[in-house]
Amino acid sequence: MKLLVCVSKTPDTTTKIAFNAEGTALDTNGIQYIMNPYDEWYALVRALELCEAAGGGKVTLINVGAAANDSVIRKGLAIGADEAVRIDAEPQSAMYVARQIAAYAAKESFDIIFLGKETIDYNGSEVGAMLAEMLDLPFISYASHLDMNGNTATITRDIEGGAEKVAVETPFVISAAKGLAEQRIANMKGIMMAKKKPLTVIAPVDFADPVVAVQYELPPPKSAVKLIDPNNMDELVRLLHEEAKVI
Amino acid sequence: MQQSNGATVEKKTRTDRFQYHDYYQIDDLLSEEHLLAREAVRAWVKQEVSPIIEEYADRAQCPTHLFKGLAEIGAFGPSLPAEYGGGGMDEIAYGIIMQELERGDSGIRSMASVQGSLVMYPIYRFGSEEQRRKYLPKLGAGEFIGCFGLTEPDHGSNPGGMITNIKDDGDAYILNGAKMWITNSPLADIAVVWAKDEAGVVRGVIVEKDMPGFSAPEIHGKWSLRASITGELVFEDVRVPKANVLPNVQGMKGPLSCLSKARYGIAWGVIGAALDCYDSALRYAQERTQFGRPIAGFQLQQKKLAEMITEITKAQLLAWRLGTLANTGKATPAQISMAKRNNVQMALEVAREARQIHGGMGITNEYPVMRHMMNLETVLTYEGTHDIHLLITGMDITGLNAFQ
Repeated sequence: MKLLVCVSKTPDTTTKIAFNAEGTALDTNGIQYIMNPYDEWYALVRALELCEAAGGGKVTLINVGAAANDSVIRKGLAIGADEAVRIDAEPQSAMYVARQIAAYAAKESFDIIFLGKETIDYNGSEVGAMLAEMLDLPFISYASHLDMNGNTATITRDIEGGAEKVAVETPFVISAAKGLAEQRIANMKGIMMAKKKPLTVIAPVDFADPVVAVQYELPPPKSAVKLIDPNNMDELVRLLHEEAKVI
Repeated sequence: MQQSNGATVEKKTRTDRFQYHDYYQIDDLLSEEHLLAREAVRAWVKQEVSPIIEEYADRAQCPTHLFKGLAEIGAFGPSLPAEYGGGGMDEIAYGIIMQELERGDSGIRSMASVQGSLVMYPIYRFGSEEQRRKYLPKLGAGEFIGCFGLTEPDHGSNPGGMITNIKDDGDAYILNGAKMWITNSPLADIAVVWAKDEAGVVRGVIVEKDMPGFSAPEIHGKWSLRASITGELVFEDVRVPKANVLPNVQGMKGPLSCLSKARYGIAWGVIGAALDCYDSALRYAQERTQFGRPIAGFQLQQKKLAEMITEITKAQLLAWRLGTLANTGKATPAQISMAKRNNVQMALEVAREARQIHGGMGITNEYPVMRHMMNLETVLTYEGTHDIHLLITGMDITGLNAFQ
């Protein structure tokens, strides 16, 4: 079984978000980066579990990014992936990432391509669908359960208010939601072994990114709570109507 | 959750909001593997230790199920070679692991440092190849729990005066005596015990728990390290096979070299406790308002917080430099002693100041501060008291022994 896991680097969940003065880019000063939790906890771990259950196979990590991403990739190797590929480019959009990964994956024959259902920074949820389209593969999103029987996968998808169960033959692309697996913590042996695993850096394919971020804005700060006397319903209605504009 | 002693501990979820503080960008001096080790152990502590530690400390109960988890992450003997159950990591990685464990609780760090530095290390360093193969993989995997017997009821700071002794009896030695304040002893499968032979020379012996005449009663009533189990070791005519004597060391340098290893881990470990107290105090001061504004804006609170992070930063630098010396085998026992003394005192003072910033909340187990503070009273005393470490530095710089 040959599996590809797409991993992304995101700011730590406790990061206080700020933008540069022009509002055109994230202010990266002092940001601690982590591996996108949906990629790490669910996509990667389920891929490892499938290989373990099959008694063999190979899990390859792929990331599109600069050399600073290597430490995040190395963590995936410490958790148990066999090898990693980094496409050496600074991605601007989901389409650019998808195009780069598709170019690599098209030359290999992966049984399953895993990614998290979204990255916790820009919450795009776009790469999976684009990648599947570019590779002409089925795409199963928001997967919370995956069983393999030969080449057939039975997958439970989280849908609004319920769940959907689908069957699909390999190869396919799958995006992982909570429940697909349980977080694994790297141990010291894994960390030491990760140093010896291959992390191959390859050049990006030529692709002019059609999407450019123009402006970022923070949400408006929360205003103070207004307390209204319970006997003064008229004032409450007036505020909801004129200030909050919800009625 | 049902415990082995029959007590039931509620699984209560506590949110661990800890964030690391690196004021002098010391992370730039660390390797990728150091940072990965730190992240892994911190994730483990947040997942396994933080949600339960207050309840276990409250009940003075050791979370024995964590031994297995500590083994799985590789916290036992990380700097010993992998073929003997260690992790093959460097001394800085070992220090960082201790720091993250002690960020959770000094008792949890003690579980790991006794197993690694005081049990696995002497067997690796002074044991026969047969002893290494027999014990180290099991200790590294957490299948065996070990303890270390040096301190006696009447010989604490003066371990060389020990009265525990071994007498030659053909293919075995007869061991008699008692050891006190032994971390993990009531649970231990094996004890590395230091005893004098008939010539008065200190020897190390490996005592197994089922040897007749050996018992390890628990010490109760501790107000510190309440989540760590402590006991005695009592030997009444225990026949210890000669194969269980550590062949490659004689004299006090045996136990003292183990203590240097453990003290090194403490010099790093207590920074974790201090960081947890500082982090909690900083957040509390920013969120708690009095007189209409956050108390972090008041000068007296800022003084406390500023001094705390200054002292933590100095301790981090001291530990890092000690680590680089240890990696090349150049750290002297006196240098390790200085770092242990300085950093423990620092952590205790940070904990006390943090307790004050938390006001009345600081005395409750809603916050980790008073638990750390009480734990650190033990850490100030064990592995060489603060005062003894002052005398070690004093002797090192003057050449004059003030112990006797």
